[in-house]
Amino acid sequence: MDRREVLLVAFATIVRKEVTRFVRIWPQTILPPAVSMTLYFVIFGNLIGARVGQMGGFSYIDFIAPGLIMMSVMNNAYANVVSSFFGAKFQHHIEEMLVAPMPNWVILAGYVTGGVLRGLAVGIVVTVIAMFFTQLRVSSAAAVAGILMLTTVLFSLGGLVNAIYAKKFDDISIIPTFVLTPLIYLGGVFYSIDLLPRLWRAVSYANPIVYMVDTFRFGLLGAAHVHVGTAFAVVSLFVLALGAYALWLLENGTGIKS
Amino acid sequence: MNALEIEGLEKVYANGTRALHGIDLVVESGDFFALLGPNGAGKSTTIGIISSLVRKTAGTIRVFGHDLTRQWFEARLSLGIVPQEINFSQFETGLEIVVNQAGYYGLRRRLAMERAEKYLGLLGLWERRNDPSRTLSGGYKRRLMIARALMHEPRLLILDEPTAGVDVELRRSMWTFLQDINRGGTTIVLTTHYLEEAESLCRHLAIIDEGRIIERTSIKKLLATLPTETFVLDLDATLDTLPDLPHYALRLRDPSTLEVEMTRGQDMNDLFVRLTQSNVRIRSMRNKSNRLEELFLRLVNRNPELTNDNGQA
Repeated sequence: MDRREVLLVAFATIVRKEVTRFVRIWPQTILPPAVSMTLYFVIFGNLIGARVGQMGGFSYIDFIAPGLIMMSVMNNAYANVVSSFFGAKFQHHIEEMLVAPMPNWVILAGYVTGGVLRGLAVGIVVTVIAMFFTQLRVSSAAAVAGILMLTTVLFSLGGLVNAIYAKKFDDISIIPTFVLTPLIYLGGVFYSIDLLPRLWRAVSYANPIVYMVDTFRFGLLGAAHVHVGTAFAVVSLFVLALGAYALWLLENGTGIKS
Repeated sequence: MNALEIEGLEKVYANGTRALHGIDLVVESGDFFALLGPNGAGKSTTIGIISSLVRKTAGTIRVFGHDLTRQWFEARLSLGIVPQEINFSQFETGLEIVVNQAGYYGLRRRLAMERAEKYLGLLGLWERRNDPSRTLSGGYKRRLMIARALMHEPRLLILDEPTAGVDVELRRSMWTFLQDINRGGTTIVLTTHYLEEAESLCRHLAIIDEGRIIERTSIKKLLATLPTETFVLDLDATLDTLPDLPHYALRLRDPSTLEVEMTRGQDMNDLFVRLTQSNVRIRSMRNKSNRLEELFLRLVNRNPELTNDNGQA
């Protein structure tokens, strides 16, 4: 049997399995972000946003729309991989893959692709909802596509690393609750970092989510605080570092082999 | 060619437990091989390492000549594993589970569906292929794990206690199925606590105890070394005293049950003739315990009295 074909089919199988999983449980995966984002748009965009006025040169609802889309994409890419991989560990069916003739990078790529696809699927749903509240247009398709891809890959990798270390179900909610949510909320989704005092603005630049949200906002609205090239470089660096770490953990068998 | 070659296999767990002390083992191609041992002897660790689920500390494993570390792709392609614990997704259907497994071995969807129909059919699961696996009974789940392991038609199938907890009827049907698979050319390595199962199915065995192989031989040869065999005779009528048969070691278990320990060379027909002459009529006869079980217990220094009549150690 040709090795390349085996690996390709194995990769496609993991991706199909992942997509089937999140589509089958769509009331848990697709519907909640649609509902919560509708509420965000109604409350923060329409009701409060009308009193806020301009933010970064745009109406408040236009300003927060890219950040809200990005927030859904990040959360869902992460949630897909962390819950699926930890579930596979918990029920031991990760062993189905570990005994098969596929290298760890195929397992990594399969799960990450599953996370990317859920992130993008939810992103599309939230974008459609956003269009009821604001007139979105694309200023730079390349920036939108590029930063979406890197962001979903990064958060999928984060979910995988979390799942590898997790020993119980509580462990897969600690990082999203105590690390990701604060970083996302402080990542310029709801406000322009120009509003911050100089010190906190500098601190904000250590938050990679600032680069993702800002670049995505640039892709849609055409205005950015951070240089787009710098943003891509920073996020790519995070992707490479976390990808290498996740692969190293799988190769070591951390959390999955004794 | 040998199906499986293990040399100097050692395993020390992170907590310092030494599970394997340099195991050497060869399983010939086409064999039906039993790996026996008491609980905690190292059977599952050995299978875990062969399955790539447990990291070895030292040693080499070759599957049909392919080194499991350096030529893992070829080695794993030749290997099918049926683990001891249920390890498939409880939310997927039987069909999804086996088709996905085929995909992990590079089988395209159409071929995977054909194989699924074949193996789920052979194991009596086809009618329930679309049921979520969590709704299947224990016996169905065991069969599903066998079907899953066969999807890529491995040349070496390793089963870790495949019939644990299944009823007698299902166990017998699984024996027949495995014998057919073996006759078709698949080498089978089996671990089991049912020594009757090993005696019925396997041609060769290895006994592992405290992380070391203490016996590796053919079952026929091993059974031939058994010096005595104890039979239980159910009597037609009750007895108050033992019949006087000087050359036979008799014991009255209760007034209607006689036990006799036969040494090699003693003639069963002669025993029956003498019992008949003493007006003792036999209604039925059985082994007190499984022959392999007696040998197993001697080898691992366990007390034979601890075993039960079902052949379970």
